[in-house]
Amino acid sequence: MTNLIDIKGVTHAYKTDKGPLPVLDGLDVSVKEGEFCAVVGPSGCGKSTLTRLVAGLMKPDQGEVWLHGERVTSPRSTVGMAFQNPVLLEWRTILDNVILPLEIVPNNMTRADREDRARALLSLVGLDGFEDKRPSELSGGMRQRASLCRAIVHKPEVLIMDEPFGALDAFTREDLWQTMHALRAEEPFTGVLITHDLRESIYLADEVVVLSGRPARTQYRMDTRLDGRTDIDLLYTPEVATMLGTLRDQIKIAQGRSATEDAL
Amino acid sequence: MNKTVRQWAIPTFAIILFLLLWELLVWANGWPNYKMASPTDIGPAFVKYWPLFLEYSWDTLWRTVVGLVVAVIIGTGIGMVMGFSRTMRDALYPLLVGFNAVPKATVVPVIALLFVGQHDFNTILIAFMISFFPIAVAVSIGLSTLEPEYRDILRSLGASNLTIFWKIALPKTLPEFFGALKVSVTLAFIGTNLMEIVEPHGRGLGHLFDSGKINADYPLMFAVLIALAALGIILFYVVVLLEKIFAGWAERSDGY
Ligand SMILES: Nc1ncnc2c1ncn2[C@@H]1O[C@H](COP(=O)(O)OP(=O)(O)OP(=O)(O)O)[C@@H](O)[C@H]1O
Ligand SMILES: [Mg+2]
Repeated sequence: MTNLIDIKGVTHAYKTDKGPLPVLDGLDVSVKEGEFCAVVGPSGCGKSTLTRLVAGLMKPDQGEVWLHGERVTSPRSTVGMAFQNPVLLEWRTILDNVILPLEIVPNNMTRADREDRARALLSLVGLDGFEDKRPSELSGGMRQRASLCRAIVHKPEVLIMDEPFGALDAFTREDLWQTMHALRAEEPFTGVLITHDLRESIYLADEVVVLSGRPARTQYRMDTRLDGRTDIDLLYTPEVATMLGTLRDQIKIAQGRSATEDAL
Repeated sequence: MNKTVRQWAIPTFAIILFLLLWELLVWANGWPNYKMASPTDIGPAFVKYWPLFLEYSWDTLWRTVVGLVVAVIIGTGIGMVMGFSRTMRDALYPLLVGFNAVPKATVVPVIALLFVGQHDFNTILIAFMISFFPIAVAVSIGLSTLEPEYRDILRSLGASNLTIFWKIALPKTLPEFFGALKVSVTLAFIGTNLMEIVEPHGRGLGHLFDSGKINADYPLMFAVLIALAALGIILFYVVVLLEKIFAGWAERSDGY
């Protein structure tokens, strides 16, 4: 299979009052079509910056971002985004929030088609019956579900998620992990998942990339395919425990501490 | 009690009670009507000048509304420019604050002399000048505090700035806008009346008030005050109604 996302030698610095702040330094990441790549790394190392570059919201100082064999220089409608904050529009119903991208991206769907598509997705994530509610009437987890539906309603090739479950409690988060698997089973898309939760990265992604501290380079990669299994008990197997241990050590290194040094 | 009865009965009752207390106060103190007219003095003044009241209320009303509409258009324009461009915000803000700081009562005679006899124009100009500031500030703050993620959601799909404005920035700013409009409508009304009172040979309720003063017709003056209050209430609630229609979503469902 070909790489759907290719990030080649991307270097980027923000211009600040105190001079340039280098954030990414010769970063390489590639994701195969249909796979999920989780990106973990110390806080402030440049993960969100990376998502903005992949989405074409910014141009890197050096290096290239390729999506499906095309160089990314500006935003494109084949990308969907979800953030930690669900950013739903309060003046729209949940259904109309999900439909929003279909109003922007060129397509020849009728209003009825759009509604059907949005309803089907909402039902897939367990939000039947909430179509006509306002975002403020939903719980945080439900809002994040709606936000995920909106991110994929226009059938993007790439779904970019920046800590989408970061603000949720542990139980809700596990529910949403399973929802994520359910969505992937129905809708083929390639994903980039930024997260702080190592369990989440192992459970959801096919590959985990650890970034070094700022300026971020690719420090470590790990294949985390779990033979296609998606039950949550998987997280308590020795295999996953080993992966977790390795990743935790890598994060410590990225934070500038030695791997053997005991955390806490 | 059912909801509509509550909504109408309680305010009506409160107004009647207020008029009774007023009457009682004047009667108990034995005030003559040139010191404090009572509701029973004002009734006849209304009856006597009824056609004038209708005509002048209309003048005051349309001048205020036109002034306000101009304030909305120009205020929103300035707010948009300031909201989208940092440079323009830095450039315009001190100018606007300075402009707004000048008490408009001092500007009224200047304008009245500048455009002598242009009653409608002068009145609308003052109504506009006094009322556009809150709108400009609200729109600029609403736009500049738009969280970047909201913008990114649409930008990442390739939406133009215009689309982002229509789909997100504008609706998100509406609650702030209407909050400011409630202040502005009252201000525009003040502006209209200031000019109508100052201008000789003018029209409008302000002019009627002035002629009441010149002719020492105190019940008429009080009657004008009542008419102004009524008009002010109508204007305010029209804005509230518009707010309900266009920004009703911002009202909390558990509201007070
Ligand atoms: N627009 C900007 N202008 C200047 N500096 C910025 C800007 N955006 C981010 N930064 C800086 O760049 C660095 C990387 O930011 P980024 O948001 O990409 O980090 P992150 O890895 O997503 O952090 P977190 O894990 O806390 O979300 C941070 O030090 C941040 O302060
Ligand atoms: Mg981040």
